[in-house]
Amino acid sequence: MTFHHEHFRQPFLRSPFIERIEALSSTENWTGWNTYKVPRVVDKLTSEYFAVRSGCAVMDLTPMEKYRISGNDAAAYLDRLVTRDISTLKPGRVTYIVWCNDDGKVIDDGTLFQLANNDYRLCAQHHQLDWLLMSASGFDVQIRTETSDVAALAVQGPTSYSVLTAAGIAGLDGLKPFGIANLRCDGIAVTVSRTGFTGDLGYEVWVEPQHALTIWDAIFGVQGQYDVVAMGLDALEMVRIEAGFIMPGFDFNTADATVRNGHDRSPYEIGLGWVVNLDKGHFTGRKALLAEKARPIQRRLTKIVVDGNKPVGEAFIYAGKNGKQIGEVRCTIWSPVLKANLALADIEYVNGKLSPKLWARFDYQRELKWHTAWAECHSQTKPFYTPDHRSATPPGRF
Amino acid sequence: MIERIDAIIIGAGHNGLVCASTLARTGMQVLCLESSDSAGGMSAPRSIGENYHFPGLAHASYPVSAAIRRELKLDQYGYVPGTAVDTIALDAAGQHLTIGTDRVAGDNLSEADEQAYPAFRKTYLAFAKAIRPLFDNKPPRLKDMDFADTATLAKLGWNVRLGLGRETMYEFLRVAAINIYDVLNEEFEDDRLKAAIAVDAILGSAMGPRSPGTVLTWLQRLQGEINGPLSLQSGGQAQLAHALTQSAESAGVTIQLNTHVEKILIENGKAFGVQLTNGDMVKAKVIISNADPRSTFSDLVGAPQLDTMFANRVAQIRGSGVVAKLHLALNGLPEFTGLAESQLRNRLLVAPSMQYIEHAFNHSKYNECSENPVLEITLPSLHNSSLAPDGHHVMSVNVAFVPYALDGGWQQQKSTYAYKVISLLGQYAPNLTSLVVDHEFLTPQDIEEQFHAVQGHWHHGELSIHQSFMMRPLHGAAQYDTPVDGLFLCGAGCHPGGGLTGLPGHNAAKRVLKLGGAK
Ligand SMILES: Cc1cc2nc3c(=O)[nH]c(=O)nc-3n(C[C@H](O)[C@H](O)[C@H](O)COP(=O)(O)OP(=O)(O)OC[C@H]3O[C@@H](n4cnc5c(N)ncnc54)[C@H](O)[C@@H]3O)c2cc1C
Repeated sequence: MTFHHEHFRQPFLRSPFIERIEALSSTENWTGWNTYKVPRVVDKLTSEYFAVRSGCAVMDLTPMEKYRISGNDAAAYLDRLVTRDISTLKPGRVTYIVWCNDDGKVIDDGTLFQLANNDYRLCAQHHQLDWLLMSASGFDVQIRTETSDVAALAVQGPTSYSVLTAAGIAGLDGLKPFGIANLRCDGIAVTVSRTGFTGDLGYEVWVEPQHALTIWDAIFGVQGQYDVVAMGLDALEMVRIEAGFIMPGFDFNTADATVRNGHDRSPYEIGLGWVVNLDKGHFTGRKALLAEKARPIQRRLTKIVVDGNKPVGEAFIYAGKNGKQIGEVRCTIWSPVLKANLALADIEYVNGKLSPKLWARFDYQRELKWHTAWAECHSQTKPFYTPDHRSATPPGRF
Repeated sequence: MIERIDAIIIGAGHNGLVCASTLARTGMQVLCLESSDSAGGMSAPRSIGENYHFPGLAHASYPVSAAIRRELKLDQYGYVPGTAVDTIALDAAGQHLTIGTDRVAGDNLSEADEQAYPAFRKTYLAFAKAIRPLFDNKPPRLKDMDFADTATLAKLGWNVRLGLGRETMYEFLRVAAINIYDVLNEEFEDDRLKAAIAVDAILGSAMGPRSPGTVLTWLQRLQGEINGPLSLQSGGQAQLAHALTQSAESAGVTIQLNTHVEKILIENGKAFGVQLTNGDMVKAKVIISNADPRSTFSDLVGAPQLDTMFANRVAQIRGSGVVAKLHLALNGLPEFTGLAESQLRNRLLVAPSMQYIEHAFNHSKYNECSENPVLEITLPSLHNSSLAPDGHHVMSVNVAFVPYALDGGWQQQKSTYAYKVISLLGQYAPNLTSLVVDHEFLTPQDIEEQFHAVQGHWHHGELSIHQSFMMRPLHGAAQYDTPVDGLFLCGAGCHPGGGLTGLPGHNAAKRVLKLGGAK
């Protein structure tokens, strides 16, 4: 009899790119993402951050959960699954989606790639197979996890177009944001989508795992001509907050992980009302969302800029200095490009309105000594950072 | 396409008819669409050839409640509950036991059992009465109760605590969730007696006497006895289905037979009509389904119109039919060893012991047919001689436990099994096999096909505790209204379950009216 107990010797899966990342890692600062070994910081956080904002950064996206959804009812299935009208999506296009449970509370968000008619790839932050399968009953649809069958790299930053072109991927000039192109690199078939989680110009490159290193080497082969920096999760955290992207499970509690009443969030409550289409026909959570829409909104995950330059960390939000406590900061960074304290905060609304005065109260340390500070906050609906070069087609050459 | 009417009822089972007649009596314009060629569903009369007529799948039942009889004027339309009958627990050696509502008699019955029986029945009938408020009303929600829910629970609390008295209440709380096997072993010695009571607790369910919750299923059945004693459906004019049809039609309901509903039409989350198999569309302000909850949601509504978790709960509904029907056309009256002719008017049971029942049940769990099934036998022609030619008779037998998905399939084994059942009957009535001129055997699969009830289940879904009361048929649709606006359920799959009670249909009608009816 054989025992299959060896898995404990390898608590983390290894992405097909990991040996290259290990070779570059000076910090050995690793963590897990969907059971894959991934870097928090490869070498230096600031250089990784600035590579996204002023050069080109490369991040291993293989650990992203990827599901292939196909079959006669694939489109109908997805339209019932997500809040957005995906009947308008076309082959070769990508869209941002969220999906809810019956109570209209968000389970996760992700990106949906339409690869062909009735053939989709859904990428999600968290493991979703159980929910996807549960949603499949009554539909002629096949759902397959392909996380480890597809290797993926995020190539992001103002020079990313030039880097990929120099790396031998021709044909990116006409590729618009949220478009998908099937191209070649060094004779290898690659799929490139103009997508990303950084708010900058950027691409995601999808390839069969056995060709992963060839593609990595082609991209890093342009070093000298262009600066290309391998990037970890910490830099991603900074740029995604600047870009106003939210992280399920961090900025709000996902519905399937919520035990306590009222701790889960609807799309409206996390600022994703714009992806909810109540007129498109039925989808899971629609009835609950219709009812919610009819009431004044209770709370919203709000983008705020906090005055001053002290790191905000964990903080409560008040309606005016020394006012009523109405919210909590969920994530915050000091933005080097904007020179500002940015945060996403879960804030209660009164009669459907945000308090006109928002103040944060937080604790900070100076040489180990704790201080309490108040700082005024300014809410905004637009992303903090949206450079024009992000959406230009063709992108600027460097 | 016709103009928009007030209500469409999908299915003219007895519950659909009760619902239709109740609504029509408030002035609503009601159209009842029935797939088969007769009204009554599982309680519709059936025939073999021209000459032999049967009351239908449901052959023995309790009177419907006085309130429904009055409201729907059923007596005026010819309804007679039928003649009250005793139950005779058959014994192969002819030492039968005759069991009535408050007395039991027979060969070799101990004095202790004979004396314990009336008190036992009295206690359990009191339990049944104590929980009665749960049956005449929609099941109360535990969260966001409305006034009706609070009233139901208040009545329930009052009945259990003050109606029963302290000692009896303790006993009620002790037995409510345990199995009938343990209870009966505590009370009685006689195997025949214990088995006969146990049959009432399990018949129609995929449960043996040892299954948990079988005291509750018995209490649910005893609800019927509050209205009157068990009686036989005698076919023809007096039968419930007939009176209900008359009641509904005279109240203005249009019953359209041979009309199968293919789809419930929904727009913007609201049901607005139905589509028929022939492609026709009929529109109505409310749609009420007497079809079982699984086919209503999975086939007629369809997953795309339902939320994921709800659709998933629908797919999880348990309810695989375990009772088959054997109809026999006989050219003479069978002679049962040890029974006088007059005793044949009663309900006869083949279930010699609880162990026997449990064994029969076990086979069905493994998709096998037991060689020794439980049989519930009636001879309707003794109550209504017009059911068969002069001197001829019809026999109706409920056969448990017969699996829905028999290993190896029904096609090959159906007639062999029917003959096995007939020869088992022959052990009790030796001349029977020579009298059989024709027969009909309906497996749960046949019942599914002909009566459009998923897996041919007696209650349109198991009456287990996790599918009862505020969980019946499932969370999210337990008060007759459903997540689809304007769509209601009214059949046996709803609270309080199957049998010829009319309660699901009546409760559903009240709910439709409460929620604004056709407005
Ligand atoms: C073998 C067997 C024996 C039984 N014996 C007894 C007994 O002795 N005593 C007793 O009290 N109970 C008995 N029952 C149970 C009892 O018959 C049922 O619980 C009861 O008749 C259910 O009534 P209903 O009106 O809710 O549903 P049904 O009688 O099932 O009626 C539903 C109706 O809806 C119709 N329908 C379904 N789908 C559609 C559609 N898409 N379009 C149009 N029409 C549709 C069906 O054709 C059917 O007529 C027995 C059941 C079985 C299976």
